[in-house]
Amino acid sequence: MTPPRPRQPDEHPDGIDLPLDPLPGHSSRGRLERVLRRGEFAVTTELNPPDSADPEDVYNRAKIFDGWVDGINAVDASGANCHMSSVGICALLTRMGYAPIMQIACRDKNRIAIQGDVLGAAAMGVANILCLTGDGVQAGDQPGAKPVFDLDSMSLLETVRIMRDNGKFLSGRKLSTPPQLFLGAAVNPFAPPFDFRPIHLGKKIAAGAQFVQSQYCFDVPMFRTFMNRVRDLGYDEKCFILVGVGPLASAKTAKWIRANVPGIHIPDAIIKRLEGAQDQKKEGKQLCIDIINEVKEISGVSGVHVMAYRQEEYVAEIVDESGVLKGRRPWKREARADDQRVADRLEHLLHDDVTESQVDMVKTAH
Amino acid sequence: MVDTQPTVTQATLVKKAAPKSDYKPADVSPQRRVQRSYTIRLWSIRHSRLLEWFYSRFADMFLLLHPLWKKIGYGRVEAPIKFVEKRVKGLMFDCRMCGQCVLSSTGMSCPMNCPKQLRNGPCGGVRANGNCEVEPDMPCVWVKAWEGSRNMVKGDAILNVQKPVDQSLRETSAWLRVTAQAAATRETASKEVA
Repeated sequence: MTPPRPRQPDEHPDGIDLPLDPLPGHSSRGRLERVLRRGEFAVTTELNPPDSADPEDVYNRAKIFDGWVDGINAVDASGANCHMSSVGICALLTRMGYAPIMQIACRDKNRIAIQGDVLGAAAMGVANILCLTGDGVQAGDQPGAKPVFDLDSMSLLETVRIMRDNGKFLSGRKLSTPPQLFLGAAVNPFAPPFDFRPIHLGKKIAAGAQFVQSQYCFDVPMFRTFMNRVRDLGYDEKCFILVGVGPLASAKTAKWIRANVPGIHIPDAIIKRLEGAQDQKKEGKQLCIDIINEVKEISGVSGVHVMAYRQEEYVAEIVDESGVLKGRRPWKREARADDQRVADRLEHLLHDDVTESQVDMVKTAH
Repeated sequence: MVDTQPTVTQATLVKKAAPKSDYKPADVSPQRRVQRSYTIRLWSIRHSRLLEWFYSRFADMFLLLHPLWKKIGYGRVEAPIKFVEKRVKGLMFDCRMCGQCVLSSTGMSCPMNCPKQLRNGPCGGVRANGNCEVEPDMPCVWVKAWEGSRNMVKGDAILNVQKPVDQSLRETSAWLRVTAQAAATRETASKEVA
């Protein structure tokens, strides 16, 4: 019989799906906050949401990141394209012990729905929530939809913070059990107005952001300027900053993204480098690793957020080859001790072809 | 080499599938805004300091008239004041009558003109030329708000986190509301002194 596996860091002894013990100074009971507060370099990624009702699709897509990331973003209809909801994805992932970061976009839900979802998510074991405004409906596959935008990312942050810290809805009605959450926001240092962006981050921190994930970073000098300003204002000590990175599939893709996706800034030098490469896909991956190696040295950066849309298979390689984990092994889904025992027993029954007599059984039983 | 990035995106498919007809409205956005040039709105933002000065005098005047409003009845003056407010602010700022004006905190750039109605700062989709992602021809409301606020004396009010819009106050007069609230705080303050 296989010996029980050693317990992984940040895992509840009674079950992988249970919330961790509360720690002083921690507002959530999740893994991501623990990793960040210990001062380790965190890695998060994004799950490509399936267009299906099959839970296996979610599990198969999450499995790709096993043992390489500290958190998985469950996107809320990103780009205003309809997919499985972030609530649904989180319900599935928390069951299996993953640490999802639930995104909430203000585009589709009003404040009543959002506050309800926050409570539901926290009850399912979601420990991290990322508050977004969301793309406009014109960007997606159903441009005729009604844009809601009842809250904006800032007031959404504040709403969830009030629910967590004051134990109240926006209306002032009391919650019997407030949600325990680690609150995140998004920043884009690569879009105008550039001198307002660091101050905007400060506003988000004031509203409740504890960690931020940035838009794709392809222009490291520009990000460095942003971080200098952020450090001057002291914001890097008030929140964890995760830099968004990702591989570009080809120079053509890069050009398309630059022309069609507002808010993503790709300098000419990057496109030139991709065009000059023999294998553009490989070069795109190498470029991503190079950017990670540059930004991880910038003081105030606490981690990276690897967005590899339709190239999820590269996340593990990128994380491994950039060496940001420094030998650390993030939580990986493994069989629980009791499940392992059942599996071993079944293995014995089904495959070990032994005919035991009662006499033998009594012997082994004693 | 397998290029997984689709050359045809979902958005293109949707556009292609849209019914074809001779009438193609110019620049239709989901917000169905009234298409117009943004000249006057941008003038107001450029002159945010002047307007700030004017606005504070104007608010003082309204507060002075508080006894008059009270005598006539706020309910009765609402209709004419709202009529004027809607026209004047509509012309100057493309006001959307949210009923809770924050112009003084947003550099005299009305945040309700943002297609996402953001009241706390720009989204991440601002184009490199400073225009809106949803309406490519419109300068981003928040890029302009930041510029306008830099000219104002109390421009740092842009740093305050704004509460979500109370939708039940739509189409009501912000001028009268602010006046009545200021009068109420003045009264409680004078009571405390006494």
